Amino acid sequence: MSSKRPVSLVTAGQATGLDLPGSDTPRSDTPRSDNPCSDKPCSDKPCSDKPWAPTVVGEIAVVVSNASVNAEYHHLIVQCGTASAAAAPGQFFQLLCPHTEGAHPFLRRPMSVYGANPERRQVEFLYKVTGAGTLGLATLGPGDSIDIMGPLGVGFTFDPELRHIVAIGRGAGLATLAPLAKAARANGTAVTAILSARRPELLVSVELFGSQGAEVIAATDSEGTSGPANIERVLRGLIDEGRCKAFYTCGSSRLLRVQQRLAREFGIPGQVAMEQQMACGIGLCYCCVKDFNVAGEIVQRRVCWEGPVFDMMEALP
Amino acid sequence: MIDLSVRIGGLTLANPVMPASGTFAEGLDKVMDFNRLGAFVTKTITRELRAGNPLPRVVERPGGLINSIGIPSKGVPYFLDHTLPYYQNYRPPLVVSISAPTAEEFAALAAELTRPGIAAIEANISCPNIEEDGKAFAMSAASTEAVVRQLRAATSLPLWVKLTPNTGDLPEVARAAERSGADALVVANTILAMAIDLQTFKPCLGNIMGGLSGPAIKPIVLRQVYQCARTVKIPVIGCGGISTTEDAIEYMLAGAAAVQVGTATFIQPAAMIHIIDGMTKFCERREISRVADLIGAVLTEESDEIELAWVAPPR
Repeated sequence: MSSKRPVSLVTAGQATGLDLPGSDTPRSDTPRSDNPCSDKPCSDKPCSDKPWAPTVVGEIAVVVSNASVNAEYHHLIVQCGTASAAAAPGQFFQLLCPHTEGAHPFLRRPMSVYGANPERRQVEFLYKVTGAGTLGLATLGPGDSIDIMGPLGVGFTFDPELRHIVAIGRGAGLATLAPLAKAARANGTAVTAILSARRPELLVSVELFGSQGAEVIAATDSEGTSGPANIERVLRGLIDEGRCKAFYTCGSSRLLRVQQRLAREFGIPGQVAMEQQMACGIGLCYCCVKDFNVAGEIVQRRVCWEGPVFDMMEALP
Repeated sequence: MIDLSVRIGGLTLANPVMPASGTFAEGLDKVMDFNRLGAFVTKTITRELRAGNPLPRVVERPGGLINSIGIPSKGVPYFLDHTLPYYQNYRPPLVVSISAPTAEEFAALAAELTRPGIAAIEANISCPNIEEDGKAFAMSAASTEAVVRQLRAATSLPLWVKLTPNTGDLPEVARAAERSGADALVVANTILAMAIDLQTFKPCLGNIMGGLSGPAIKPIVLRQVYQCARTVKIPVIGCGGISTTEDAIEYMLAGAAAVQVGTATFIQPAAMIHIIDGMTKFCERREISRVADLIGAVLTEESDEIELAWVAPPR
């Protein structure tokens, strides 16, 4: 039923550009000052013939598994090259989703990293079928190939001194926060995860955070625990106990507002992963811009390129 | 060794493949070796600071993309301080795309950018997203002539003029640009288009209308390149739905001296590199020593001339 899309020419394992998570190549180099022919317009311009290697690759990954985890979410694991498997928490991939009978997604679909395993050379995604792209993803089975492009964007960062953080997410944001669990543990940082959903059976990432030693607090609409007032009460308790030295959040404007208020009150830093419709995913097209408040001035930033993780205090919920 | 070089006015490009304006930025250096490109073409810059259009700015349709980005621009000082120095580290010539609301301001911007490090000006007189109903200078021969004349007088740099596919009289507009002093034509910008959301009954784009690009428009713009190339003597640069080597070759046969690749980069970020590699392979397979020999080589009438036999070798 699914027809395959045109694919890129790199296959899993061929990609050579290993880059450390979050270590961006410089975005603007200083100009050469010794340009000997700057009065000439073109081809004899001096240039750096530095060896070049990709740090973002479009590659054909192979599906390891693609199973549903609850009534809404599917968990996709793919085998990929070293560059992709080095993805950092908060980064994302652009997936070229298979065509199905009724849906022919033209653009790639951005999908945040749910897990990355450099040793096994795997990257994981958690998705809910909501449209043409994810409909196609759901048709994939073990052994199928999928064209993935990444890792993209700026992910979450950890201060090595950070001892206690709170990760707060809701809906699809829970998938984005999930890789924080492992990264925080590696940093020696304790995590309290406040995970919000409509109903308890729709919560994801609970076991994942638990397995990494995090305390998980579930908040659901059906139990009446997900409202901003209750979350604020929980957060104030954590702040009192010295267990909230930074906020990491994704997926809820309401909860973002609560955290921003508390962050201002107590001087706590925070990082937020933003979501936005994207086309290119790598800073070219400016379709994913959002407004940010930077020292009182409203500036537009590209979620795919300057983000998707931003300073929580600059985000406009 | 296949010679991939082409001449565009006074400029020699190492190969005929370059990005379409608005689909290229520094971030792509994570994906491809910039030194392999025929040229750089920047996102359109304006003198004024522009925020761009309301969101949503893109919507996909079968085989294509409608955008109404609306030329967000950080202005000239930012360009001179950041963008221009950045590209000096690379070998391909830098073509700067510009736009302005009036012919006078177009000329002033071209003059301001006539400086070392910039190899050519691409005048975007055809953006469908910044004027009401997609109006642009390139919609008519008269307004094209007016703006190109002023641009020509303002800069000594090679002047490329990007035309719109939305006019009913493209060959006349092309001739107007040529006689006003353009060194090359870029054919073409996006096709004015629209999409409506059946859930909300609202337009899919914040700006209501936008420009269609991608494979869906290729046969239309290919025809327009053919029409322009046979009516002007200056080089025509083909731009419209090119995703593969085959698309690029088809454009060159229709008369394009070079090609611009845009939307394809959103799907396959290294598309331009694949196209360049594919051109060499194509020429090798067909025993064509110079890619420039493909320019305008479409056969529109029966011929038994022996020197044309190479276009259809026995397999």
